[in-house]
Amino acid sequence: MNISATKMGLPVLCLSVLLAGCSSSPVDESTSSIEDTTVQTATLEMDAENTATMVEEVAEPTNSADTVFYFAFDKAVLSDESRAALVENAQFFMSNPRALRLEGHADERGTREYNMALAERRANAVKDFMVLQGVSGNMIEVVSYGEERAASFGSSAAAWSMNRRVELK
Amino acid sequence: MPHKIKPLRHSSQALLLCLVLIIHPLKAWSELVIRVTQGNDQPTMVAVPPMVMSGNQLVEDISAIVESDLQRSGLFKTIPRENMLAFPSHPEDVYFRDWRLLGSEYLIVGSLSAVEEGGVELSFSLLDVNAQKTVFKHSVKGSKNQLRDLAHLASDKIYEEITGIRGAFSTRLAYVTADQKDGRLVYQLNVADSDGARERVMLKSAEPIMSPAWSPKGDELAYVSFETGRPAIFRQSLTTAARKQLTNFRGLNGAPSWSPDGKQLALVLSKDGNPEIYILDLATNKFARMTRHFAIDTEPTWSPDGKSLLFTSDRGGTPQIYKLTVATRAVQRITFKGNYNARPSLAPDGRTLVMVHRESGVFHIATLDLVTGRMLELTETRLDESPTVAPNGAMLIYATKQGDKGILSAVSLDAGVKYFLPAKSGDVREPAWSPFLR
Repeated sequence: MNISATKMGLPVLCLSVLLAGCSSSPVDESTSSIEDTTVQTATLEMDAENTATMVEEVAEPTNSADTVFYFAFDKAVLSDESRAALVENAQFFMSNPRALRLEGHADERGTREYNMALAERRANAVKDFMVLQGVSGNMIEVVSYGEERAASFGSSAAAWSMNRRVELK
Repeated sequence: MPHKIKPLRHSSQALLLCLVLIIHPLKAWSELVIRVTQGNDQPTMVAVPPMVMSGNQLVEDISAIVESDLQRSGLFKTIPRENMLAFPSHPEDVYFRDWRLLGSEYLIVGSLSAVEEGGVELSFSLLDVNAQKTVFKHSVKGSKNQLRDLAHLASDKIYEEITGIRGAFSTRLAYVTADQKDGRLVYQLNVADSDGARERVMLKSAEPIMSPAWSPKGDELAYVSFETGRPAIFRQSLTTAARKQLTNFRGLNGAPSWSPDGKQLALVLSKDGNPEIYILDLATNKFARMTRHFAIDTEPTWSPDGKSLLFTSDRGGTPQIYKLTVATRAVQRITFKGNYNARPSLAPDGRTLVMVHRESGVFHIATLDLVTGRMLELTETRLDESPTVAPNGAMLIYATKQGDKGILSAVSLDAGVKYFLPAKSGDVREPAWSPFLR
């Protein structure tokens, strides 16, 4: 109960920060953009600090299982390691339920929109496995980033293998 | 109880909306630098002596812009200014013998003059050196801050007269840049002239921006932005910067492509479980589902007549290109050679299919002649993607890598001409060549 009350409070807090930030957003095209960027960034940092404080007060139980799952090229098949880690994750989130976000990623090879689809397929494979383990599908949102957010930069096989992944958040 | 917990991310997503800035028009400077690496085997030699405005110092070197345009096409080579014996401005001042000695086949002379309400007029003539005659005289008018536009219009006219192909120098290029700033990536959607000059930032965001697509009139862009915390399709006017979010579904919202009449947008949604092609009617805001398959269907693009779509699907086991007839929704496989053919687009001739093709693990840009079935690999770099054809069908620009850096590169559709457009900093990707703007 404590948890939900704290979390319900946050959006309100953020909304006020958001409104403060938006009131100065540069819809007017004559406005200089550089200054506004600084203002907006500062707003975000302030929010991040607040979030950190809130979470600390609540002292949530921690999940020790791996939350990043890697894939072979052009594949969306879960490895044995990923399955083992997902069983652990599923158990944890069944006893500590919260909204989960699965972010799917691809390496840079291939076209960008096709990689969006491929990365979503990977994230869906993780979701399906967690649902099989008993986690409610309603609590899981899948978001694909394709190749747009590399974990490792560069065009080496090592970098690519780090980028073909799904992150549980 | 757990269902009552409002996910934290919603608040941060809302904040991100705030972080996305529309900047229009930002201070213009050229971020792309063009270097021609391969031209036509027998380029036509042209001379473009300086075009001046008497009593005025011009902020742009008109003839240098025309020279650069013609050279970039790969079909022309220009006579260096320092070799010229005279700088004539009018056909009657020309000694053809001087230019013949320099090996020039054509000569372009011109000058600028002030016209009413602070405008300028560029009058120029194309001369055939060997025939010793004036091919045409022409003039274009504009305001003082449109000198680059006037130069590109002159290039268009000259190019068309000599090659028989409509010039596309007055067109624009949209592209996405990603640059590290203070340890974070900053994404920008930019629009520049086709030569990389006068870059304007249309959108700046801390979240990825993808898949810019021009409206057929060239006055709007559709694109994918992650500013809401998930991919969503937006449209944005280039003249007013007004922008509208078009989709907000669960899952993929991607790959927008305007119909030739500008009334519809083909796009990809995965709201029903896996990626499918839809057509959005922009007037009624209604979505019509075009594909129905458990495989990936993505990257739709229109045929010039608007009656069919080409798209990428892995329904056959590997990504290949398929054609969908909009009226019947009948689907037909188009590509068979190789195990990766994706991101189709059609050249203006309606029969040259441009795509990303993988050969021995390497991604190239290739064309497939839909009539003869002949396939041609245009590029020899690796990781080539996002090809976009000029509206006159002469060249295409694509994204590739140079070292670890994303750059844009251009190649002619016969593979004979090549040039790079590297950015001074950061990654450049996802070029989209505008339609003809006039």
